[in-house]
Amino acid sequence: MTVIKRRRLLGLGAAGVAAAGAGAFAIRSAVTESAPAPRSEGPADGPVPFYGEHQAGIVTPMQDHLHFVAFDVITDDRDKLIELLQEWTAAAARMTQGKEAGALGAVGGRPEAPPDDTGEALGLPPSRLTLTIGFGPSLFDERFGLADRKPAALAPLPRFPGDDLDPAISGGDICIQACANDPQVAVHAVRNLARIGFGRVSVRWSQLGFGRTSTTTAAQATPRNLFGFKDGTNNLKLEDERLLREQLWVAPGDGPGWMTGGCYLVTRKIRMNIETWDRAPLAEQEAIFGRTKGEGAPLGKSREFDEIDFDLKGPDGEPLIPADSHIRLAHHTRHGGARLLRRGYNYVDGSDGLGRLDAGLFFIAFQRDPRRQFVPIQRALAREDALNEYIKHVSSGLFACPPGVRDAGDHWGRALFT
Amino acid sequence: MRTTPTTVSLVAAGALALAALTACGGDSGGGTASTAGGAATGKIAVSATDTTCDVATTELPAGTATFSVTNNGTKVTEFYVYAAGDRVMGEVENIVPGLTRDLIVELPAGVYETACKPGMVGKGIRGPLKVTGEAKPLTSDAKLAEATESYQRYVRSQTAALVEKTQEFVDAVKAGKIEEAKRLYPIARTYWERIEPVAEIFGDLDPKIDGREEVVEEGMEFTGYHRLEKDLWVKKDVSDSGPIADRLMEDVKLIVSKANEERLSPVQLGNGAKSLLDEIATGKITGEEDRYSHTDLWDFAANIEGAKAAIAALRPVLEERDPELVKEIDENFARVERTLEKHRDGDGWKPHNELSKAELKELSDVINALAEPVSRVSAAVTR
Repeated sequence: MTVIKRRRLLGLGAAGVAAAGAGAFAIRSAVTESAPAPRSEGPADGPVPFYGEHQAGIVTPMQDHLHFVAFDVITDDRDKLIELLQEWTAAAARMTQGKEAGALGAVGGRPEAPPDDTGEALGLPPSRLTLTIGFGPSLFDERFGLADRKPAALAPLPRFPGDDLDPAISGGDICIQACANDPQVAVHAVRNLARIGFGRVSVRWSQLGFGRTSTTTAAQATPRNLFGFKDGTNNLKLEDERLLREQLWVAPGDGPGWMTGGCYLVTRKIRMNIETWDRAPLAEQEAIFGRTKGEGAPLGKSREFDEIDFDLKGPDGEPLIPADSHIRLAHHTRHGGARLLRRGYNYVDGSDGLGRLDAGLFFIAFQRDPRRQFVPIQRALAREDALNEYIKHVSSGLFACPPGVRDAGDHWGRALFT
Repeated sequence: MRTTPTTVSLVAAGALALAALTACGGDSGGGTASTAGGAATGKIAVSATDTTCDVATTELPAGTATFSVTNNGTKVTEFYVYAAGDRVMGEVENIVPGLTRDLIVELPAGVYETACKPGMVGKGIRGPLKVTGEAKPLTSDAKLAEATESYQRYVRSQTAALVEKTQEFVDAVKAGKIEEAKRLYPIARTYWERIEPVAEIFGDLDPKIDGREEVVEEGMEFTGYHRLEKDLWVKKDVSDSGPIADRLMEDVKLIVSKANEERLSPVQLGNGAKSLLDEIATGKITGEEDRYSHTDLWDFAANIEGAKAAIAALRPVLEERDPELVKEIDENFARVERTLEKHRDGDGWKPHNELSKAELKELSDVINALAEPVSRVSAAVTR
C-alpha cells in the first residue's frame, strides 16, 4: 500500500540529528496562539462538570485512559431511542461525578434484584471521567425520521489510498468516548451504559487506549506515541479561544441548528508496524516525522516549540524537513489553515499471533467540518506521507457530537429529536 | 450445562409455605393422570393432524376437563392448554402418529387457548377455549403458590417426554444405528434443556448427564449426552458405547424421579428463567455446548421455551406487581422467537456452524435484551 521513500530519507543522513524539535504523529498544526495562563484542571482524581455549553471530553485536559465504544441501534422505535438517550444522560451525569450508574447502586438494592450499578468503581474517585456522545451518519437513515436533519458535514469520508478498513470495527450509529485518569473508571462507565442499552443498542466495537498522545492544554507536557515521538506539540488547545471558535465549534449557520455548539469527531485506528519501525535508523525515523526524537524540535531547530521552518536546507541542498515528512504534509499552512483538535490514545491489543505487538494509535480528532479539515489533510498524508510504510489505517469512524447538556432537564440529542 | 453446579437461590422458598391451591392440575405426563375432583365433563375429543387441530368444543364449564388427543397426522405431536401469556395449564407430549392420549386439566373460568404442535415445534396450531363459571380471583399468596404448581405441571410433562425420547436415543445407540441416534440426539436434549434449572439442583447428577468433556473433574469419567455425541459425530463408532448409553438412561431416570418431586419457589423460577438465558448467552451462541454435532440451536430453542414456561408460571403474580415488566418481557420473547425462526430448518434448526458471525451477533443481541428484564423478575415477585 505504501510508496517507499526510505532511500532518500536515509540519504538525508545526520542533517537532522543535530537539530532539535517536536514530533507528532498524524495531523499537526503549527504555532499555538500565545497561551494565556493555563486553566486549573483540578485534582487528577476530581470530577469534570458534566453540564455546559459544549460537551466535556473535547477541550477538557486530556485524561490518561480511554474506552471508546460504538453502538448500533437495534430498535426501530424512535421513542425507545429517545428514552435511552435520556437514561444514558442521567447515568452519565451521575457517573462523571463519581456516583454509581443508578440511584440504588451496586449494593443498595434488594438482594433478589441485580444491582443497578456493576460495582467495579466502588470507592474510586471520579478520576476526571468524561463521557462524550456522537451520532454517526447511519443514524440518519429512514429508521428514526432523521434524514432531513443530517448535517452535510457528516458526509461519509472518502476512501483514502492505503486504507485497509475492517467494517466490523468501523462506523456505528452512536459513539461514546469515555476518558478518565483511572482505566477502571472509564471501563465501568462504558460497561454500565452498554448494559442500560441492551435491547435498544448493541455494541458494535470498542477500543481501549492508554497514554494520551496529545495535549489539549498548554499546561500538559507533550506525551509520546508508540513510535517514541512526542505527539501533539502543536495541537489545538483550550487556551486558543479564537482558533477553537474558528476550527472546532459548529457555529450558527454552519448547518442544522441542533449541531450549533457541537463538533465532528473522526476516529481512525492506526496499526503501527512496531517491529520494523524499531529497526529503522534514528535519522530515518526523524526524517519521517520531520522532528527530532529526543526533544521533539522541528528539524533544523532546537526546541520543541520552536517555529517550523520548511525552507531550511541541508548541506546536500535538500530540505531539512523532507517533502514527504509527516509534519510538512499535515501542516495547516498546506490546508488553508485547517487544523484539528486531536485527542488520540495509544493502544496495545495484545499480540497478533505472529509474534508482533498488535499496537498503534487510536486517532481521535474533533473539528468544525471534516470536509474542510480531516479529509484534505488525510488525503495529503495518505498519498505521500513517508510514515505510511510503518502504519495502516484499519478502522474509521465519523460522528456528529451535539452541543453540551445544559442541565438536568436536558439530555443528549434533545435538540436533534425535537 | 454450566461449568459449576448452580444453586438456585432459596431465599424466598419460604414465601411458598402457603395455602394449598385450587388448581392442582392433572399430571399430563403419560396420559395416566388422575383427576383432582370437580365436575366431570366427559372427554373432549381432539383430532390432530400435521396441519389441523380440531377440538370438539371451544366452550367449557369451569372444573376438571379431559382432552382426548388423537394424532391422525404423520408427525409426533403435542397438545397444550395455555392461559394468557402461554402459561401452560396442561400439556401432553410425544403423541406419536396413530396414538390417543388424555390430558386432564383443572381449568378455572377464563379465556384460554388450545394448541397442537405437529413436529413439536413452533407456536403450534392455536384455537380459542372459553371456560365459563364463577371466577374466583386468587389472592396474591395463592398466585405465588399456583406459580409453583403450574411449573411443576410443566416439569412433569417434560420429564415424561425426556425419559421416552432418551430411551429411543439410547436404544438407537445400542443398536448401532448411528444415523437414527444422530437424529434423536437433539430431540431428546430438547426436553432436558427446557427444564435444566430443575436438573441443576441435583449438582452431582447434572455433570454425569450433561457434562462437557473439559469440565469433567479429574478422576471422573466423561459420560452422558455429550460423550455419546462425541462417539456419534467424531469417533463415528458406537460399538463400545452401550454401557455409557445405559448409564445415561439410569441417570436420567434418577434425576427425573427427583425433579418430579421438586417444587421451585417463585424466586427460583425467576432465577431459573434467567439462568436458561445465561446458558444460551454463554454456551449456545458460541457453539460450545454441542461442539461435535452443532445442534446448539435446538438447545437454544429449548432453553427459550423453558424460560418462557418459568415466566409464564409467574405471570399472574407479575401481572399484578409489575405489568410494565411483563410487557417488556413479552416483547422481547417475541423478538427472540422471530430472530431464531430465521434459522429454522424443517422441524428442526440449522447447524450452529452454518450461521454467520452477524447472525450469531443478532441472536446474542436479542438474548441480552431479553435477559435484562428477566433478571428483574425475582425481585418483582417478592416485592
